[in-house]
Amino acid sequence: MSRKPFVREVSKTGWYFKHARYMRYMSREITCIFIGAFALLMLCALGRLSEGQAAYDSFLAAIEGPWSALGLLIVLIFAVHNTTSWFNVTPKAMPVQIGEEFLPGKYIVAAHYAVWIVVSLAVLFFAGAV
Amino acid sequence: MAKSNKPIVWSLFAAGGTLAAFLAPVLVMLFLLAALGHAPSLLHYSQLHAFAAHWFGKLFLLTVIALFLWHAAHRLRVTLHDFGLRADASVAVVVYVVAAAGTLFSVLYMLRI
Repeated sequence: MSRKPFVREVSKTGWYFKHARYMRYMSREITCIFIGAFALLMLCALGRLSEGQAAYDSFLAAIEGPWSALGLLIVLIFAVHNTTSWFNVTPKAMPVQIGEEFLPGKYIVAAHYAVWIVVSLAVLFFAGAV
Repeated sequence: MAKSNKPIVWSLFAAGGTLAAFLAPVLVMLFLLAALGHAPSLLHYSQLHAFAAHWFGKLFLLTVIALFLWHAAHRLRVTLHDFGLRADASVAVVVYVVAAAGTLFSVLYMLRI
């Protein structure tokens, strides 16, 4: 070991503030908090549903209001961020080779966005929201 | 070769992330409409109960809830390391136990419908 080892000062808890690229990485990673919280909300809804109409209706009444709407809007923003960041790396995650050539990534990404729009509209239609 | 549970949790993470990418925004939107006082008809008790009573509805709800939970659990484990929490073994136990408990509860709720 050299007598003056170079020690790079890196904060364990705040390193991602150093660079916009690290911030983008962290913004993508923390989407999991919102996906997980929403899964627990759905689990809660399912639990109340299994207890009967009175329990379920009180659940629906409990989530109605400006604050839960604001919370769900934030969840929605992070859910969309998860979607776009997930789709944008699909050409790296599963490249499509045709003969010698690779299919340009933009087609793979575009196909995912197209399916996403169709699936979302189908769910909205099925749920009676449109 | 060293034994590792990584392929299992990673495949659940990837499957959950893909499912969440396609479905999470629109499902959140349904709950957002309910929060605004305009619950879509599927979220009304009779329709949602009928949906959950059907085998396809059960499979759909179980898959969505369980995979979202396992996706979030695995990514949270990695992200907590990035935030400076280096107790990976304990973190892994906590996040995976929560995901497993959520999976178990969704099965139990489903059996009661």
